[in-house]
Parts: sequence; structure tokens; C-alpha cells
Amino acid sequence: MDIVLEIKNLRTFFYTGEGVAKAVNGVGIKVGMGEILGIVGESGCGKSVTALSILRLVPYPGRIISGDILFDGINLLQIPMAQMRQVRGNRISMIFQEPMISLNPAFTVGEQLMEALRVHRKISKAEAREGAISMLKMVEIPDPERRIKEYPHQLSGGMRQRVMIGEAFLLDPEVIIADEPTTALDVTIQAQILDIVYKLTQQRRTAILLITHNLGLVAETAHRVVVMYAGKVVEEGPVEAIFENAGHPYTNGLMQSIPVLGQSRRQKMRKLYEIKGSVPSLFDLPMGCPFNPRCPSCKNICTKEEPPWCTLGPEHYLACWLFA
Amino acid sequence: MQDMKAILKIVNLKKYFPLQRGILSRHYDFVRAVDGVFFEIYQGETLGLVGESGSGKSTIGRCILRLIDPTEGQIWFQGRDITRLSRKDMRPIRKSIQIIFQDPYSSLNPRMTVRHIVGEGLKRNTNMDAKARRERILEIMEKVGLLPEHYDRYPHEFSGGQRQRIGIARAIVLNPELVVADEPLSALDVSIQAQVVNLLEKLKEDLRLSYLFISHDLSVVEHISDRIAVMYLGKLVELAPTARLYNNPKHPYTISLLSAVPIPKVGRNRQRIILRGDIPSSLKPPDGCRFHPRCFKAIEICSQLEPDWKDTGSNHFAACHLF
Amino acid sequence: MIGLGIIILNILVAVMAPWIVTHDPMKIDIRNRVSAPSGVFFFGTDDYGRDIFSRVIYGARISQYITILSVVVAAVLGVVIGAIAGYYGGWIDNVIMRVMDAIMSFPAILLAIGIMSVRGGDLYNVVIALGFVYIPRFARIIYGSVLSLKEKEFVEASLAMGNSDIIILFRHILPNCTAPLIVQATVSLAYAILAEAALSFLGLGAPPPTPSWGNILSDARNFMVDAPWMTVFPGIAITIAVMGYNLFGDALRDFLDPRLK
Repeated sequence: MDIVLEIKNLRTFFYTGEGVAKAVNGVGIKVGMGEILGIVGESGCGKSVTALSILRLVPYPGRIISGDILFDGINLLQIPMAQMRQVRGNRISMIFQEPMISLNPAFTVGEQLMEALRVHRKISKAEAREGAISMLKMVEIPDPERRIKEYPHQLSGGMRQRVMIGEAFLLDPEVIIADEPTTALDVTIQAQILDIVYKLTQQRRTAILLITHNLGLVAETAHRVVVMYAGKVVEEGPVEAIFENAGHPYTNGLMQSIPVLGQSRRQKMRKLYEIKGSVPSLFDLPMGCPFNPRCPSCKNICTKEEPPWCTLGPEHYLACWLFA
Repeated sequence: MQDMKAILKIVNLKKYFPLQRGILSRHYDFVRAVDGVFFEIYQGETLGLVGESGSGKSTIGRCILRLIDPTEGQIWFQGRDITRLSRKDMRPIRKSIQIIFQDPYSSLNPRMTVRHIVGEGLKRNTNMDAKARRERILEIMEKVGLLPEHYDRYPHEFSGGQRQRIGIARAIVLNPELVVADEPLSALDVSIQAQVVNLLEKLKEDLRLSYLFISHDLSVVEHISDRIAVMYLGKLVELAPTARLYNNPKHPYTISLLSAVPIPKVGRNRQRIILRGDIPSSLKPPDGCRFHPRCFKAIEICSQLEPDWKDTGSNHFAACHLF
Repeated sequence: MIGLGIIILNILVAVMAPWIVTHDPMKIDIRNRVSAPSGVFFFGTDDYGRDIFSRVIYGARISQYITILSVVVAAVLGVVIGAIAGYYGGWIDNVIMRVMDAIMSFPAILLAIGIMSVRGGDLYNVVIALGFVYIPRFARIIYGSVLSLKEKEFVEASLAMGNSDIIILFRHILPNCTAPLIVQATVSLAYAILAEAALSFLGLGAPPPTPSWGNILSDARNFMVDAPWMTVFPGIAITIAVMGYNLFGDALRDFLDPRLK
């Protein structure tokens, strides 16, 4: 598989009055062309900050300290801002969680789509309008000629998110970063959205970075999965391997702690598996493996040294002393 | 289940919110948030209430607690009609019905310590002296998994999961019979959700509570509930014991809802039913059966007549013309 | 902390005035009129030969008294009005806030002048006038805070406990309004000092020969260029006082925020 985007050893820290939060602490991720990569983790794991780092949109007081982000032969962290702006939206675009705040309420849907098109392509207004309408058709919004004249608040949440998706696919980017794209939506709408995204990616061979805390979503949509914890990648592999044969205690813990529709009744489980404790503060990470205070299989060395990157199976890797 | 005591009974509950049409207009449109709901909660059971946005589930929770006053209908608690009780008369009953909120950040007063948050109910509703209150608060704190040293701390010093525990402590300190849990897990991380779910179940056993568990997360509801009620646009569409609802859903909405839930198991070969269109607004619900515009099994009568609530056997009810 | 220091100094000066002054602030001494600052007259004298230093000290007293009192009056009334409007909503809200809007639509000084000219130039009338003028600002701030706070879930939780509206207002809502309240109070205090000075300058404030900073400035109008000490010193006094209130307000607001403990 051709690698379209590669993150190497990324470190993004936040310098606040309370200390330094190591939001992303040495993360490496590879995405292949047309691949849907699920990035899962709970709050504070660094998945959103990683996404923002790719597009160099990390807000103050965050800063990308070190690392490389390779895209089509260039290192995104080293190119000048002007060139970066040509990449944003055009070759790598992003879908955010809350469509209401990512769409400008002061402009109509059509105006926003057309603006996106005309920033990156030298086309006329009429052509841009055509492009916008055909994109709305692709995301299955009925009556698109009327809709492009409407304002975001006139659309439902599901529609707005579809517009966002349309905007993301509009310029035919090679990579789309989707940060919790369906979390704010109802389950039945979520199903519609995913269906559309899946169809579009199949058609255009776009790579998708699907960032979410919803394991079900990942299981049903992704090809490969990356599991993050406290700013680091703890496991990665093909989706079947992760869901059926996870190695890392955190991944296992997560899998076992979520109630699965249909499962608990059949297995008469009364108690969900609990991972003891809670996510560590990014200002004060434990020594060695960041998961060690909560790990049921913690050994002495886990509290002293960071675990090495080990291979568990084909394309299946993890950072854990149990497999070294 | 029939011979068990029903501690809560909702009869034809309706709640309409008026929406002024224009600045000077005299006419009001109504948001029909809850439009004729019937159900009962039995002693010691957890009734799950599921629905998407606009279903009215949160409104029902607040009506039960009389935080909102119903437009029509009745609420019976322990055999007593509490629908129209004055605030004064409602006070002694409040000890027995409590609520846990969704947002662990806005549900705790940032200027009050754990001691005051949990102790407020005690001060108001009991004659316990300061020492007795302190003991009781510490006892409850232990039950929910908080440490004694948390007694004088402020909410901002805790994590989301811990704050939710404080909220739970506040709800159970008065030994209620019924606890309404309004999306108590939605704002929490996945691994913390498991802790809180287990805590809620343990408390239910230890303190013999009954829960109305309101949520949009079907997987959790299925795990924790004895029976599940499904709502759509202000009306109840199906009500059944959990296993039956999952294994044999009757209402087309329930079927599509269940099929839409992503399952953390690999293989995209599930028969998924994708509903067309968006959830309509509660201002102008569709005629006849509210679900008919999106229903994949709709027949002609569905657009004309609202379906009755039918008993399809084994305590399994549904509102659909197909039965 | 500097702010606190300044305020305390101000208050001390005001309280201790009778003991600190070197001269009787009212004593007229024509021989020494308009003399520059010296060892005898620290800030110089005005055109009546009165010692400016003593007048400024006494002026501190009057000015502080007026401003603090009027802001307290405005705050108490404003909070009550704003809280009732915000909490109960409906027509009460509409009526109250429109009245507030009406009052606010007058420029503060003009309104104060209007009230003063009707009621006469008495010290207490200044307090009433300024107080009245500032009520809407407080009412608005509290109104906004109460509106957003009453929707918070911890208020619902308290209602679910059976607490009455009064208890909820006092225990839950108002304590969470202190931050904007303090900011508004310090801003108002600062403005009030200036307003009082303006009123006195126009002859509508503290009646002469009672010294208030505004009065002193007013009397010094004609001597601004020739005898700058007559304007500079009261001016500095006003500036320091205003700054003191501002700094103190900032510090107090931060101090009261449990999140920063």
C-alpha cells in the first residue's frame, strides 16, 4: 500500500501557567492511500492535537516541538505558511465535531462551498456554483439548488454535517481528517453519514483519519486502527487484529469495558470490566510506560523504562514490556 | 412483573412548550415535547428510556421530578397523584425521587464543597444535627467511591468521573426510592463509564433503588435495564423487557435504531437499515403515525391514523399499525 | 495588593483627617493666598489662602464617603432588581429591564445633574443621585448572570431537594455572580469619584466651603496655568484613588474565585 501521509516522532506540548502538558509525546502514524485509519483513545490521549498538528493548527499555548510529517515528499512541519495554506482544505482537509461552529453562520451554505472552491482553484463563479450543487448531491442533500441559498441554522444537525463532509471532499483531497465527526449526531443520522463517507472514500480513494472514542464506529468502518493513550501510540494494527487479538492491556481493557449490544444479555454479564484509576494528568506523566499505574499486568520494569515497540503479528505492533 | 408494586405511574403525560410566533403575535406554536406517554416503573427495576433528539425523554425525567410542570396528564408516585401538588406539598416527596444529571461540570455549584453539595439535601429535609450529617455524608461518599479527604474539596479539583460520583452521592444521600438518571454517562470517557455503570448497579442492589435510566446509548441501556421504553418525537413507540426488545423488536423505528448502533465487532456484513430523512421537528409532527415518513414498512393507514398502543404478548407493547 | 494598600491608605487618611491636617481646611488666610507648595503649606494654598493639603485630605473624606455610599446603594438595589428580573422572567423581566434601559439612556452626568438641581445641593442628595444613576448597570450585570445561572443543573438539583427560590438565589446563584459584580463595583467606584468631582466642579456637589476633590478643582479653574499646584494635587489624589479601586477589584475577584485557590 502506498503511504500518503506519515507522522514520525511528533511532539506537541502545551506551555501553560501550570506547567508543560505533553499532549503528543512521540507519536508515529502511517496512512495509506484510500485507507480508513481509526485513531482511538479517550480524552487527553492526544488524538485531536495530533490532527491539529498535521495541519499546523495547534492553538496557543501549544507548540510542535519536534518530529516530521511527510506528505507527498514534503515535510509539512518545515514548509512556509503560504505553502501550508495551499495544502489545507485542498490536499488535506478536516471535518470537525460540531458542524454549527465550523460553518460560519453569517454566510449561506453555497457561499461557503464556493469560497472554498475559489480559494484553491481558478474557476468562475458559475463553475463554483455548479461544483457546490453537485457536491451537495453527492452527500445526498435533497433539493440542492434551494439549499445552497440557505444559512447553516436553517439546516438540521445531520444536514450541516453533510455539508461539512461535502466541503471536505470538495477539492478532492488525498487525506481527510475527521475529528469525532458523528459524536454530536443521533445514532440514526450517524448511520446515514457514515454510509455517505464510506461511499465517497471508495469512489475517490481518499485516505481518512477517523478520530473517535467510539470503538463501534471504528470496528465497522476502519481498515486499520491506532490506539493512543496519554500522548503516545500504544498499539496499532489491522482492524481485525485489534478487535480480535489485541495485545496491549489498555486496548484489552477498553474492549472489555464497553457494553456490546446483544452481548451482555447473552453472556449474562452483570458487571462491566473496569480499568482502575483514571487518565493521568498530562502535566505529570508517570515514569516508564504511561499506563503502568492502571495496568493489571504491570511489572517492575514498566515503572522505570518506556516500553519498546514490539511486533505481535503481521502489521500489528504495540508498545508493551509483556511482548518484548 | 404484574404483581410487583408500581412505584411510579405516568398516565397520558403531555408537555407542550409554547413558542411565540412573532414579537407581536398573539398566537403560539407549541413544541410538543411529550405528547401522551404512559408507563410504569416497578419497585427495584431499572426502566431504560431511549430516544434520539426531540424524543422528549429528558422532558419526562424533569416532569417526574416536577422541575417542569406537565401540560396534561398525571404522575402517580407510590399511589399518590403528585401532578399538581404545590411546592410545599411536594417537599416531603422530594426525598424519595432524585435525579442525576448529564454534565458533571454544570451540575455541581463551583462555589460549594463536596460537604455542602451532598449535605444540602440533608439540611433541608432532615433534622439531623451537624455531627450526624457529617457522618452520613462520609458514609455516602464511601459508598460512591470517594475518599474522606474529598470532604472539603471543590468540584474543580476533581475529574469528570469523580464529579459524577459527587452528583450520585447527592442523589442518594436522602435514601430515595426512585432515581432518574438523565444521560449520566454521556459526558464521560469510555473507561470511566464502566466504573459509573457498575457503581449505579451496585447502589441499586445495596440501597434497593429503582432507576429511570434515560439515554441515547443503546448498548449501555441494554446492559443496565430490566425493561426498555423507546420514544420517538414525544410518543412511546415500544416497551418491552430488555431481552425481548433486542431479540424481537417490533416497531420499525426500534429495528432501525438497533441496526444503526455501531458494534465493536469486525465485519461490515450486518444488515443495516438506513433511514431516509431527518428527525422531524416537534413543532409540526407528521400526521398519523409520527414515524411514517421515514418508515420502511409504512402502509397507507400510517399517514392517516395514529396507531394504538397494543399488547403483543409477554409484556411487549408497541404502537404500530402492523400489529 | 497594591490596590488594597491604596484603598486602605485612602480610608485611613479620610478617617484620620482631623489629626493629619496641618491647618484648618476652611481657614481663610488672605495674606498667603496662592502660594506655592512649601514647608508650611505642603500643597500650597488656594485663592482664599486655604491650605490645599488639608483640603485634599478632608476632600478624601468627603469624596470617599459619597462614592462608596452611592455605589453600595446602587449595588444593593441593582442586585435585587436584576436578580428578580432574571430569575422570574416573564412580564416582570420585561417591565424591570425596560425601566432600567430608560434610566441608562440618559448620560450619567446629565441625569445626576438633573436630580441634583431638583433636590438641591446636599451631600446626601449626591449619594442618591449617583446611586440612582448606577443602579441599571448593576441590574444588568446581575440580570445576565442570573439568566445563565438559573439554567444550570446544580440549580435544578437544588430545586429537586425542595429548596425555595430565595434559598436558591442566595446560596447558589448570587455567590456565583460575585466576579462580575465586583468588577462592576470597582468600575462604578472609579466613575463615581469622577462623577462626584464633576458634580462638585459644576457646583452641584458638596456645597462650598466643604472641600471635596471636585470642589477644589473647581475653585482652581482660573489658576490652572499660574498656580498648577492647585489642580495637580487634587488631580493626583483622584487618579490614585481610582487606580486603587481598580487594582483592588481585580485582586478581590481573583481571590474569591475558588478555582484559583
